[in-house]
Amino acid sequence: MTGGRAIILGRIREALRNNPAPRPHTSHSQSEAAADHNGHAQREWLPKVGETLPERIDLFAKISEGLTTEFHKVPTIGAARELLAKLATESGWKKIGSHSHHDTDALLEGIGLPVVRTEKGYAIDDLESCEAGVTGCEVLVAQTGGIMVSVESAGGRALSVLPPHHVVIARTSQMVPDLTAAFEHVKQKYGKQFPSFLSFITGPSRTGDIERILVLGAHGPKRLTVILLD
Amino acid sequence: MRISLFIPCFVDQLYPNVAWSVVSVLEGLGHEVIFPEGQSCCGQPPFNSGYWDEARSSARVTMKAFRDADVVVGPSGSCVTMIKIFYPDLFKGEPDELEARELAAKTHEFSSFLVNVLGVTDVGAKFAGKVTFHDGCHGLRELGIKSEPRALLAKVKGLELVEMCEAETCCGFGGTFAVKYAPISTAMDEVKCASILETGAETVVSNDSSCLMQIRGMLEKEKSTVRSLHLAEILASK
Amino acid sequence: MATQSADFQTLSRRYTADKGFRAFIQKGMSGYYKKRDQNKSNFQDWQGARDLAAEIKYEAVNHLDKYLLEFEEKITARGAKVFWAQNAEAARDYILKVAKENNVRSIIKSKTMTSEEIHLNDALEKQGFGVFESDLGEYIVQLRKEAPFHLVFPAMHLTRRQISDLFQKELGSEATDEPEKLTMIARDVMRQKYCEADMGISGTNFAVAETGMISITENEGNARLTTSLPRIHVALLGIEKVLPKLEDLSLFLPMLATAGAGQTMTCYNTMYAGPRQPGEPDGPEQMHIVLLDNRRTELLADAEQRDSLGCIRCGACLNVCPIFKNVGGYSYGTTYGGPIGSVITPHLRGLKDWKHLSAASSLCGACTEACPVKIDLHHHLLQNRRNGAKASPSAAEKVAFGGFSLMMGHPALYRFAVIFGRVFQPLQSLVNGTILDPLRAWTGSRKFPTLAPQSFHQQWKKDRGGKK
Repeated sequence: MTGGRAIILGRIREALRNNPAPRPHTSHSQSEAAADHNGHAQREWLPKVGETLPERIDLFAKISEGLTTEFHKVPTIGAARELLAKLATESGWKKIGSHSHHDTDALLEGIGLPVVRTEKGYAIDDLESCEAGVTGCEVLVAQTGGIMVSVESAGGRALSVLPPHHVVIARTSQMVPDLTAAFEHVKQKYGKQFPSFLSFITGPSRTGDIERILVLGAHGPKRLTVILLD
Repeated sequence: MRISLFIPCFVDQLYPNVAWSVVSVLEGLGHEVIFPEGQSCCGQPPFNSGYWDEARSSARVTMKAFRDADVVVGPSGSCVTMIKIFYPDLFKGEPDELEARELAAKTHEFSSFLVNVLGVTDVGAKFAGKVTFHDGCHGLRELGIKSEPRALLAKVKGLELVEMCEAETCCGFGGTFAVKYAPISTAMDEVKCASILETGAETVVSNDSSCLMQIRGMLEKEKSTVRSLHLAEILASK
Repeated sequence: MATQSADFQTLSRRYTADKGFRAFIQKGMSGYYKKRDQNKSNFQDWQGARDLAAEIKYEAVNHLDKYLLEFEEKITARGAKVFWAQNAEAARDYILKVAKENNVRSIIKSKTMTSEEIHLNDALEKQGFGVFESDLGEYIVQLRKEAPFHLVFPAMHLTRRQISDLFQKELGSEATDEPEKLTMIARDVMRQKYCEADMGISGTNFAVAETGMISITENEGNARLTTSLPRIHVALLGIEKVLPKLEDLSLFLPMLATAGAGQTMTCYNTMYAGPRQPGEPDGPEQMHIVLLDNRRTELLADAEQRDSLGCIRCGACLNVCPIFKNVGGYSYGTTYGGPIGSVITPHLRGLKDWKHLSAASSLCGACTEACPVKIDLHHHLLQNRRNGAKASPSAAEKVAFGGFSLMMGHPALYRFAVIFGRVFQPLQSLVNGTILDPLRAWTGSRKFPTLAPQSFHQQWKKDRGGKK
């Protein structure tokens, strides 16, 4: 079924032929902005992101905590393991989901819980009954206080959204200033072979649909924990 | 300066004292004010309803009346918008397009003229009491007038300005909209009047008489003691 | 008066009379205003961002064929199928075909106004498919058998009590007045549906030509679940949603969040570049993109109003519109309400029947000021009025304005009319507010001013003599 491809393209071309639209009234020079920022004019207008890594980590901490993300900076993988064990006990986890990735593997050493691994496929019911999903991420974004995940860095599409608690292990070297940088990272890493799924996760799931009042944990995870290793 | 006065048709009919206030302020600053009597209506009512041929007829009368003017000043954000912003659209492709653009360029709203052209904020006015200001939508969003009336009111002796929450929210006049969609227009008027009353101001001021007609209409019907005055009337008070 | 116009008058009269309802809507909006303003002020320059967004959309819309073809090429290379739907029927038929051919029984949907536009749910249900709206607001209005009230917040017109009653009735749940508990009820219902559904239907906020991706913006996570677990993913989008470059999203995602919901970023912003790729552990086996025209090309052909196709469906114009806030979303009687709806509906559904939405505005311009992509909304309402008057003028208005311009064109006539008005006014005061009062549309709620004893013209002449 080819549908109306030829017809629609024909209509578009006819609509645009010899029929220019007025340009928008703008007063800011985007060419100047682009020149100042290596072609990325948006960096002139979007929120500031700090110049140094410590500034960016601070900004990330501030914004993410405002979103009720549980953000922990830890010095060693050992400390990260302790933190995870504490979460597991406090929340009474019986089963968790994860994927194989050198940071998640290191983090889950000795966790003492059954782990549903997703990277080679999994049964939906198995994942659905996990209390937490532990993943890596592609990058952390200072400007938004959020992370970006992909199929490879988060064990597929569902692991980071189905279990009610999402735990992310990341390194400070993964901190990027803004979304522009996040996209650059993706292009550099994957070339043209993008994963079929990339997602910016900015806090635990929420909704404002009832009287426009904020409620956490709508369909996605109610809790998001980000553990940042030096 | 030789200033030609542009008095919207309903100011002419309903609120001539507003026109006299403008004259008083401008002459008080030492300028010559003339009133070309050939003017009638800028053409906004038919224009807003989509009848642009009919609007052009009225507009041409206005253009003729101000053909020899050096500068044109009017106490109405909406009518000045009609000339400054919409005449170029209305006359696009017409033989008198150039004249329309020339008139647009030399026409000014009263408060904008005082502050931006004459560079004056203190006209020596005195008006005691608490006042709140309603930003007429055309003046605010088409002409960018926001700080000018406030700069002028700040220099009025005895006047205390309090801002209302809904200062920039439309009062609901909108020309024929006020009658065609009266229930909506009324609802918007209610929101505006409630915001005015919340400030505790004794007087509401605007730079558009059409807005004042809408606001005053409801305040008077509700038997409120809050007065409504045009900015020019405040500035002419001594 | 056409039915749609009469319906609008009836509904707007009903809703504006309900002061409690209006106050409730206003309260819902006021929290948003604070957060929106805070986020706007975090931008180094919100106006600069709007300018850039407007320019990107200008480029995209004015080269629409180029970017759509690039998008199609890239995403089909990843295994997605792209179907070009001329109209609503073609889109519905295609989706039905995909469902039938793949033995689909249960369908889960995330929020898509485009599916409302083509009346998709009805068509699917009539053919025996179970359709579940997963977005909380959409789920609520689906249970109530109502249309969404607002582009972004479908159930903002309902109190928590009404929602509790609804869940009690339809789901047998316990009564509660806590939004959190109500949300959890819906969450529990949906979890099973995600796991069981054969097909997930989503909308699309942006399509990226450069990389062949679609981007979906949400807060709840329901769109991610809708597009992760079922074996088939169908994504609906209007043809105008394509953006040239991936990095354009770095501007649009924060702007959509700020203008639409007063957030820095919404919780989930997900880019999909095809169905499950070899080696990936999950994701749909099939991905179908349905590109919808449905008369968007007619709007494209109107060069004056073409910028309306830059709309990112953020709802900011609805949130600031004093008409919308006082009449509510249902008065419009069409998929897209508020200022953007009033601008585009005449193009998408016909000028004659829908031009009244452009008349039902005071042209305050708050919408244009709020629009993140600088669509000239309120001027387009004026243009629709002009186009409407030309295409199907109202005889009464033509006579009235003809008379008006005749009078205003002839100073002598104008002066005569003025004198006549002064004779007329005392007569009007006799019938003021009654059914005989021709001004009663005004005098019902507002006092009409008295004509001044003399016009300014007359006073000037008297006071200044022959001075011109």
